[in-house]
Amino acid sequence: MPKGRAFAPQYASVQHRDETAEIGMWVFLATEVLLFGGLLFAYFVYRHANPAAFAEAGRHTRIVIGTANTAILLTSSFFVACAVNALQADARRTCIAMLVSAMLLGLLFLGLKAAEYAGEYHEHLVPGVDFSYVAPLADGVELFFIFYFVATSIHAVHMVIGIAVLATLAVLLRRSASTRMRAALHSAALYWHFVDVVWIVLFALIYLPGRSGT
Amino acid sequence: MTNWWPPLTLVGSWLALLALLALTVTLAYLPLGSFNSAVAIVIAAIKATIVAAFFMELRDRGARLLIFAGAGLFWLGILLWLGLMDFMTRTPA
Repeated sequence: MPKGRAFAPQYASVQHRDETAEIGMWVFLATEVLLFGGLLFAYFVYRHANPAAFAEAGRHTRIVIGTANTAILLTSSFFVACAVNALQADARRTCIAMLVSAMLLGLLFLGLKAAEYAGEYHEHLVPGVDFSYVAPLADGVELFFIFYFVATSIHAVHMVIGIAVLATLAVLLRRSASTRMRAALHSAALYWHFVDVVWIVLFALIYLPGRSGT
Repeated sequence: MTNWWPPLTLVGSWLALLALLALTVTLAYLPLGSFNSAVAIVIAAIKATIVAAFFMELRDRGARLLIFAGAGLFWLGILLWLGLMDFMTRTPA
């Protein structure tokens, strides 16, 4: 982009540029919905075929860590929404503080997830690495844990990318808070909230089945 | 640092999300039979809607952006609806 211009020549105005960025971000998120959609589809097919096994496997997940991680992610999303709002109000330092808080919560989420994976490894519940589960429904339980590890690890990769993006924005915002930076922060916030929504769905499908014993 | 306070809509959304999380975990332990999974999915959908409407600011946006934002859900609906049709109707539960 040439110096001294707020927006590239293909745009008529700053608003035009920002609206294009926002719509482009939603198009990208639609492709992400379909990436996780394939996983959801597989989950529902196998759960329909193995309802008792999925309930039994759900009881083996760690509900306390899962619930804590959900609360952590919801709170981090709240901080990111606050960061966007604070920047609109020209409270740049508050915005950066909110971004750093959200990043720290994201790292806490990943730490708890790692502890959870370690626990499952010790219980021999990792298909393809070390899976031994002696029960009539072992095959269905293994299918559940294949979904669990594929879905949560793809989600964790998204978390790592999200934390890196927030960190980049926090550094750039220390230097300047141009309208370009505001648009960039808005796109990054949409990504972070999307990763939060994916977790909301995964939480309901992974941690809640089978808790009532039925 | 300028004097900035979080808007009440964001604080309210955050508290509502945490309350719904507590509700869904509590309800998961009640013996509701096949309703347990329906309740979990409905509450997850409500939480996702709150995030999309307030945190992702969709409630302030026009029809054009809502169409783009809804496209992903529309395609997901086609994938699950046509994909699951055979499995849900032709195999024993």
